[in-house]
Order: sequence, then structure tokens, then C-alpha cells
Amino acid sequence: MIHVDPLPLLSVQGVTKHYGAHIGCADVSFDLYPGEVMGIVGESGSGKSTLLNCMAGHLPPDAGGVVFDTRADGPRDTVTMSEPERRMLSRTDWAFVHQHARDGLRMGVSAGGNVGERLMAVGARHYGDIRDKATDWLDRVEIDASRVDDRPTTFSGGMKQRLQIARNLVTGPRLVFMDEPTGGLDVSVQARLLDLLRGLVRDMGLSAIIVTHDLAVVRLLADRLMVMKSGRVVESGLTDQVLDDPQHAYSQLLVSSVLQV
Amino acid sequence: MTEYNFAYLDEQTKRMIRRAILKGLAIPGYQVPFASREMPMPYGWGTGGVQVSAAVLTPEDRFKVIDQGADDTTNAVSIRAFFERTAGVATTTTTSEATVIQTRHRIPEAALTEGQILVYQVPIPEPLRFLEPRESETRKMHELEEYGLMHVKLYEDISRHGHIATSYAYPVRVEGRYVMDPSPIPKFDNPKLGGMAAIQLFGAGREQRIYALPPYCDVVSLDFEDHPFDPSKADHPCGLCGAQDSYLDEVIVDDAGGRMFVCSDTDYCEARQMAGHRGKDAA
Repeated sequence: MIHVDPLPLLSVQGVTKHYGAHIGCADVSFDLYPGEVMGIVGESGSGKSTLLNCMAGHLPPDAGGVVFDTRADGPRDTVTMSEPERRMLSRTDWAFVHQHARDGLRMGVSAGGNVGERLMAVGARHYGDIRDKATDWLDRVEIDASRVDDRPTTFSGGMKQRLQIARNLVTGPRLVFMDEPTGGLDVSVQARLLDLLRGLVRDMGLSAIIVTHDLAVVRLLADRLMVMKSGRVVESGLTDQVLDDPQHAYSQLLVSSVLQV
Repeated sequence: MTEYNFAYLDEQTKRMIRRAILKGLAIPGYQVPFASREMPMPYGWGTGGVQVSAAVLTPEDRFKVIDQGADDTTNAVSIRAFFERTAGVATTTTTSEATVIQTRHRIPEAALTEGQILVYQVPIPEPLRFLEPRESETRKMHELEEYGLMHVKLYEDISRHGHIATSYAYPVRVEGRYVMDPSPIPKFDNPKLGGMAAIQLFGAGREQRIYALPPYCDVVSLDFEDHPFDPSKADHPCGLCGAQDSYLDEVIVDDAGGRMFVCSDTDYCEARQMAGHRGKDAA
């Protein structure tokens, strides 16, 4: 077997973001390879969401680069690429799952319209095809096809979150950013959602970056883990390694804070 | 006529508006911000259209105003009287004789010619407004040609009604670039927007935007491949002049369910009646 060193899908290089004198995140670097799921954990205010927003192009970092391996032109720094290109990426190869589904959904538009939006944004103009694809995706995230014309306002919290995931994955992205995807859901719904996510990530060969404060989420989903504190990465490694044998004092505190039932 | 400057607005204001109009003509379908003035009428009554008309009128012009196609409704009568008083221009109700036509919600049935200017009153110039409330975001969407959302609206129409139920203010794409709100004209009028010989100017007073279509512009109504654009109208002939091809208003004539369909373009209807055409309800 010939071993080919794959290019990292995403290469984060020294990303730094300040809010005035305050540090958002400082000098974060890592590589994410195709098919890999990276977890970022840390307490509130540790800069994990700032980092995620910098990577996803929602916030301009003060320093550093985010190099993405684009389909067309190979590795490109998304920080310095033009805005139309970046927005095109975020409609096609990237997906962003918000913590609150209503931030990521159009609440006044039916479930089918929500899923179809990204298709229409990249040029789909055949109603029947769009609808078939939307129905198919609702099915894949375990939403009954009869709800395709209902608005997300009539959906439960877990359904909204699953709809948001369908809406993001419909264009077949290669990289998914998730910001606390299970936050605010009750535990049984969380479990189902995680199960679903794990299935989708494996089936589609997605790469993902998951920001969460819930260690159970990263234990289930993430291959690798970064622990952040006060804007800096204090520890990183394989998920099981970090969770079972935390080295840094803060990681130890984090792991020991979880109630074992 | 010493009380007002010609056509009410001062010359500096007219210059400013003309600059916006020229920019709008240079970039078809692009909404040009302009410093809309307060006019002696409420917003929603055509303050944008009136300012555009004031900026393009010359003393030699012949002015026509229609409101939903009619020359004799309140809005049309008062705006016509306004320019009779403040500009002293000649007015007419005959489409072919007018050089400047200000309109609310209709395009005249008679084909317009080169040298004519059609001025639309626009309530909400932003076609994406009800889909995306943030102005900063809609501007960015226009800038980057991100118009997928416009189709989401049409998708919603079909999923809810089985067909595209948007029947007025039907969004169009201009010269393959900007998506534009054609003002609340019925979609029946949409095919006339493209390739028109006259200059089309759109003025939104409250929203402070002017946009324009130069003559013989390419204008396409948005649709889906399997649900093509359909410029529908009531399936009747005009009750007064018998016209089969004009846009019709439904008029309730008694309290027993009686109704008749008449041309919304009064000038077109009257001209046909003068020429001897009679519909079934004609007296």
C-alpha cells in the first residue's frame, strides 16, 4: 500500500483575536485532516467560540491564517481571500451549526424552504428536485416528511436543531463548524442528536470542528481534542488520551468536574 | 408662477435627483440612495415618484398621471393638479401624447415609445426586504449577487399554494445582474418591463432610493424550471370595451353578487370605446 500524506483540509496558523485589551483567543494553531473531527472544549469565556467564528469567517482575526484546501484551487488562506469567495465557501464546502437553532434557521420559512435555501443559493432552479432533496434530508435527520411544509416555529427544540443540521448538510459540505450543537436540549434529545451526528459524520466522511463545554459530546464525536483556557490552548491530543489522562491542571479540573453517574 | 421654482423643487435638489437617476440608468436595477425631500403629501402617496417627475420635467413636457391605470382617481388627479400648479406643464390623459407618465401600480396598455419617460411610485424598493430585514445584509446580497433567498420566497409560494402566488411586485432580474422590485405592478405587466422603448424610472421617497431601467433593457421574471413565470389576468373580456388583452379590474356592481370586469387602464378603454368597440356590460 502506498502511503500518501494527505494535505490538511484546514490548517489554522497562529490565529489571534483581541477585543480591545482583552484576549479573545491567542496564537492557536492546528491542522485538521479530511474525515477528522476536532473537539474544542473549555469553560465559558475561554475563547472557543471566538476561535470558531474566526475560523468560519464570521470574525476577522487580528493575526494568523486559516488555510482551507479548496476543491478548485487547493490550499487558500480564507482570511485574505475576497469576501465573495469566502461567502461562496460558506454556502458550499462549509457548514455552520449554531447553538440556537433559530440563529441558523429562517423561522418564517417552511422546513422544506429552509433546507432548499442553500440549494437555491448555489443555483438550483427546479422546484421538484429541490423539494425531493429537502424531503430526503428531512428523512435523514429523522423528521417526518409530512412536516416539510410546516414552519420551524411549530417544531420542538430537538427537531429545530436537526432541521438546522439538514439545512447545512444538504449541499454536501466537507467541513462543518458546530457551536454547542447540543446546548439547551434535554439529555435524551441530546443523545439522539449525537447519534444522528455521529452517523452523518461517518457516512459523509465529514470533517468537523465542534465547540462545546460538554465532555460527553466530544467523547462520542471527536477524534482529537483541544482544551482552551483564557484564550489559549492548554492541552491537545487524542480525545481518549486527553480525557483519560489529562496533563494540564485545567484539563484535570475539567474532567474531574463531570459528575459520574 | 412666482411662488414656486419650476416643478416645486429647487434646482440644487433637482440636480441631486438627476445625478441619482443617471447613476441608476448606468447601473440598471441598482438602487441608488438619494436625499429624498419632504413633499407636500404623505409618504405612500407617491413622494418618490413626484420627486423623480419634478427632476425630469421640462416646460415643454406633456404630463400624465395614472393610479392603478386610471387617470381619474384621487392620487392621479391630485398629482396632476400639483404639477399643473407648480410647473405649469400641459397635462393629458392620452398615453401616446404624454412625454412623462407618472404611474402607480400599472404600466399603460398602449406600447410606449422612445422619448417617453415612465415614472413609477415605489413603496418598498428592496425586493429582499421581507426575507431579510437587515439593510446592511440586503446590500451585501446585492453586491455579491446572492439571490438564492428570492427563490426561497417563490418556493414557499408553490409549497403553500401549488403555484407561484405572488401576483404583484413580482421580482425580476435586470440584465442578468440585479434583482429588482418592479413596484407593485401586477405580474401581467412584467413582460412589458423588458425591451421597452421608453425610459423607466423608479422613485421611493420614504425609502430614499431611485432605480431605473434604460430603454430596451433585458428584464427576466424569476421562476422555476418546472413552474415557469405566468403573467396571469382575469379570464374575461372587458365589460365596457370588450378588450381581451388588457389587465382587468373586478368591480362589484350590486349587493347581490353582481360584478363586471373592466380595463384598469381607463385611457385604453375609452380609446377603444371611441373606436366603436363595445363589451357586454356597456350601456
